[in-house]
Amino acid sequence: MLALHKKKRDFVGTISMWIVRIMFFSLVLALLLLLGKIITQGIGTISFEFIFDDPKNNMTEGGIWPAIFGTISVTFIMILLAVPLGVCSAIYLNEYAKDTFFNRIIRTSINNLAGIPSIVFGLFGLGFFILFIGRGMDEVLETGLLFGQPALIWASATLAVLVLPIVIVSTLEALNSVPKSHRDASYGLGATKWQTIKNVVLPQARPGILTGTILAVSRGAGETAPILFLGAAFFLPNLPVTDLCIGDYCIPMINPAKQFMYLAYHIFILATQSSNPTKTLPIQYGSTLVLIVLTFLLNITAIIFRYRFRKSLGRL
Amino acid sequence: MKEIKIVTKDLNLYYGNKQALKNITLNIPDKRVTAFIGPSGCGKSTFLRVLNRMNDLIDNVRIEGEVSVDGVNIYDKNIDVVNLRKNIGMVFQKSNLFPKTIYENIVYGPKINGINDKKTLNEIVERTCVQSAIWDEVKDRLNENALSLSGGQQQRLCIARALAVEPEIILMDEPASALDPISTAKIEELIHDLKQRYTIVIVTHNMQQAARVSDMTAFFYLGELIEYDRTTKIFTNPSKKQTEDYVTGRFG
Repeated sequence: MLALHKKKRDFVGTISMWIVRIMFFSLVLALLLLLGKIITQGIGTISFEFIFDDPKNNMTEGGIWPAIFGTISVTFIMILLAVPLGVCSAIYLNEYAKDTFFNRIIRTSINNLAGIPSIVFGLFGLGFFILFIGRGMDEVLETGLLFGQPALIWASATLAVLVLPIVIVSTLEALNSVPKSHRDASYGLGATKWQTIKNVVLPQARPGILTGTILAVSRGAGETAPILFLGAAFFLPNLPVTDLCIGDYCIPMINPAKQFMYLAYHIFILATQSSNPTKTLPIQYGSTLVLIVLTFLLNITAIIFRYRFRKSLGRL
Repeated sequence: MKEIKIVTKDLNLYYGNKQALKNITLNIPDKRVTAFIGPSGCGKSTFLRVLNRMNDLIDNVRIEGEVSVDGVNIYDKNIDVVNLRKNIGMVFQKSNLFPKTIYENIVYGPKINGINDKKTLNEIVERTCVQSAIWDEVKDRLNENALSLSGGQQQRLCIARALAVEPEIILMDEPASALDPISTAKIEELIHDLKQRYTIVIVTHNMQQAARVSDMTAFFYLGELIEYDRTTKIFTNPSKKQTEDYVTGRFG
């Protein structure tokens, strides 16, 4: 006779399933509680003035526009620095570098770089970008103390180094996922290596590269520690903007030599150095909510781009 | 026999320390279909890839001996591999169309060779699609994603794409092994038409297919060329016992 009846339940299986399920739902619950708290407490503070006004009265009133603007500027320049550098490095590692001992060490180091505490990057930025490169430039160009001081560009550069491993690793994965058969097809038609990379590999890797960029933006915009020494100001209502004039025609441009306010740092000082905690508490919640929404919006933009690229590849 | 197009002489190929091809000496005739048969791992696909130097892309491959096309040694230092591959097209086992439109897939080769004139490109697309018997199926959907075609259509489009760079030789690595009988028949018919103008070398697992499409057949076993002769001879009256056992299905 065939044993068709369910004799006994698979107890181990059932228990395992419940453990996994409970773990999962406690995570979702924690996330919901966190977001719920921030949204309910922060939403009341959000207003047009809060977003587009300067902090006032020792930060107990007013808005956070300089911090928002600073965050966007720093992140924007960070991406401009990190993405080309990271993507090119990944292309070199994946397509050109031979599988040697030395190159394997480099790959491992890149992965390890992602695990270094961010405060170390901050100190590195201070030591390398400001004191070494900045002061060095000042000496060579005889500009006094122009480059060798905290500034937006150095903060962006340091954050770029911080997010480089993310960009490189996700680009490597994206390049790796392009089927070998497509490369063969291209070589078989008489394409050179570069033509193959440019026309076949990169278009298919673009969604993956964008994923890396998305992760990098989220990481960079949320960091506080690395920018402590690199130009993040306690209170600076002036935006890091200078008019760039060509003849009589002037447009305001981000000035990378200036200091700036930063949302994550702003939240930190509101929480630790407030002169009037009762009054700053709602502002803190509001700022936190704005930071979350801002990262979310930046992510959405990148996700829309990624969706478009994928669609153009017919992968949907 | 017709003119000889490809000659290999004492060809040995090693993957690291493992020898994959042993002393292959073979003449492939011009404007004929030559089939390579043999059990999996016998080196027939590896040998096919020797002919357009696709093995260059794999690390650790070492090649000894001589391969010449039209009397020119293609492993000579002065040979431009990129140019070589333009002259020797390749169709792979599984369709490897790019995730681009049908049109873009065909013009990929001509474009990287510097042809940008719209009219010329359109002509190439029509000519190659007609040649590969797929024009009627794709002419109204040239701007659709190539991956939306059926498996058999994709493989014929791969052939069209290979024809677009105007090669003299077409290498086919089990081009019909993933296709249904009807699509396979279409590919075979196509091979028959193409041999008027091209030298075709085809690797196949399917012995009936080799018998149907080829003029010459080479039987490989464990990296060695066991027998090479006219297809009719190989399938009706082979000289070697091993060949007979294989073509009659006694082993392999």
